Amino acid sequence: MNTLLEVRDLCKTYRKQSGWFSQRSVIALQNISFTLAAGKTLAIVGETGSGKSTLAKLLVGIEKPDSGEILLAGQPVQISHYREYNHVIRFIFQDAAKSLNPHQKIGQMLDDVLRFSTVLDPQQRKQKIRQTLKQLGLLDEHSEYYPHMFSGGQLQRVALARALILDPKLLILDEALTALDPSLRAQIVNLLLELQQKSGLAYLLITNHLRLVRHIADDLLVLHQGTALDYGNTAHVFDHAEHDYSRKLINSAVT
Amino acid sequence: MLLLDIKNLTIELKTPDGLIRAVDRVNLSLREGETRGLVGESGSGKSLIAKAIVGVLNKRWLVSADRFNWCGQDLLRLPYDQQRKVIGRDIAMIYQEPSRSLDPTAAILEQLEEAIPDHLLEGPWWKRGYLRRRKAIGLLHKVGVRDHQAVLQSYPYQLSEGVCQKIMIAMAIAKAPKLLIADEPTTALESTTQAQLFRLLASFNQLKGTSVLLISHELESIARYTQSLSVLYCGQLVEAGETASIIKQPYHPYTHALIKSVPEFQPNLQPKTPLYALPGSIPVLQHLPIGCRLGPRCPNARKECVKTPTLERLQNHYYSCHFPLIGKKDL
Repeated sequence: MNTLLEVRDLCKTYRKQSGWFSQRSVIALQNISFTLAAGKTLAIVGETGSGKSTLAKLLVGIEKPDSGEILLAGQPVQISHYREYNHVIRFIFQDAAKSLNPHQKIGQMLDDVLRFSTVLDPQQRKQKIRQTLKQLGLLDEHSEYYPHMFSGGQLQRVALARALILDPKLLILDEALTALDPSLRAQIVNLLLELQQKSGLAYLLITNHLRLVRHIADDLLVLHQGTALDYGNTAHVFDHAEHDYSRKLINSAVT
Repeated sequence: MLLLDIKNLTIELKTPDGLIRAVDRVNLSLREGETRGLVGESGSGKSLIAKAIVGVLNKRWLVSADRFNWCGQDLLRLPYDQQRKVIGRDIAMIYQEPSRSLDPTAAILEQLEEAIPDHLLEGPWWKRGYLRRRKAIGLLHKVGVRDHQAVLQSYPYQLSEGVCQKIMIAMAIAKAPKLLIADEPTTALESTTQAQLFRLLASFNQLKGTSVLLISHELESIARYTQSLSVLYCGQLVEAGETASIIKQPYHPYTHALIKSVPEFQPNLQPKTPLYALPGSIPVLQHLPIGCRLGPRCPNARKECVKTPTLERLQNHYYSCHFPLIGKKDL
């Protein structure tokens, strides 16, 4: 398999001012390494404060790592060079309704994405928007809609459209499936699986929902207080977790 | 004996365009010491029903029912003061998002002491303050908070969501209620704390005989801790009965879809295969379909479905569908 993303010994520490001269440091991530092949899904699970979201922020370049390397297709990169890499890695937020601008029509929003990040002319942009909406099972006239006119499941599709319009190779889903209702979640899961099979998209799934992880993820990484506990094939980790903490986490969800 | 017995509960919202029926003739009954789950997606009216039971809906909602009995007393026909008194004595509710429903400006000790009624403190009046404090500490221990000193002095923002939820439960059980309504108690929590909370609720049910009405949209987590189940869709009761028998053989297409869409209930499902999903999405309140509200999404809808089906009964298993999935094994 060709490796899409490789992360080596990633560390991140946050410093907090605790007095006039003293500083307190919080270790958010410590020596995290993993690889993700194209067309595969890696799930990252852990409690709040385990560093899941920090890891996501580092991968999309919102924050810079203290040490360690991120390799895209074998090349070490600085993800925080935002313009270069937002074609490759896209991010979907937890709540689609809150992450979309209520003042903007869907078409406008998608157009902005293309205008800022590509060199397409208006005609091509229109074509691309139409194509992306169709890919996600939305209609052409939806580009004239405002976010409040959509239902929850459709909004999630719109959020997906915004991420997929740049044809990324990796999609990071930060709890994007947790808040959905069961029947909608099944729809979105099916859509994601279909996209993966068709276009070889890789997913990084950050979630608490272990039952879903078992179904859709190829690999699993358990984080606890910034360190990686278990990492490996999903089925293997589920059956033979090495650390007590991951065993506890898995048992709480499965039994 | 039936603790709660509701027949044809209808909740309507007054709007400029007329009445919108958010909850349509729902039946709900609870025996003493029973745990019942109420499952439905967002907008199915489960929180409305809970709020109607506790009587905290505001004036814009019209609540009507053929029967709304609490221990044989019709709550809707009682004068307001008396209704508040009965509900305040017997029913407690845990709201979703605990950190938002606690008072951010008061320490936990104050809030918890406030929730303890006077008649539960046995002792002379000059000892009340001391007893109240002891009781508050006792309650915290009961819900599994060990470090009571630190917690009692903190404000809600200083505590994690899980601890806040435990405090909400402590406040709810302070008056030893007969019925505990938990409205999505675990949505904000992580999976380890979720299991802990469900076990806590189950233990109150077993030790004290408190009835629990557990409201959630996650069928799989609820199925493990409840004896009976009511499934709602868009304000209509689609199926009710014992949890085990519903999971084993659902009669209503919606329940069937709900069960099939959860990987956990499908042990033979290969990873990465598509899940079973109903097409379409949940209709919004302003545009509800007539008749059976599942109609437009239902895989086996027919002409008759434009009429609302009545609630049928088959051995303690209620369903409302014109074409139930009876006698068809695993569709």
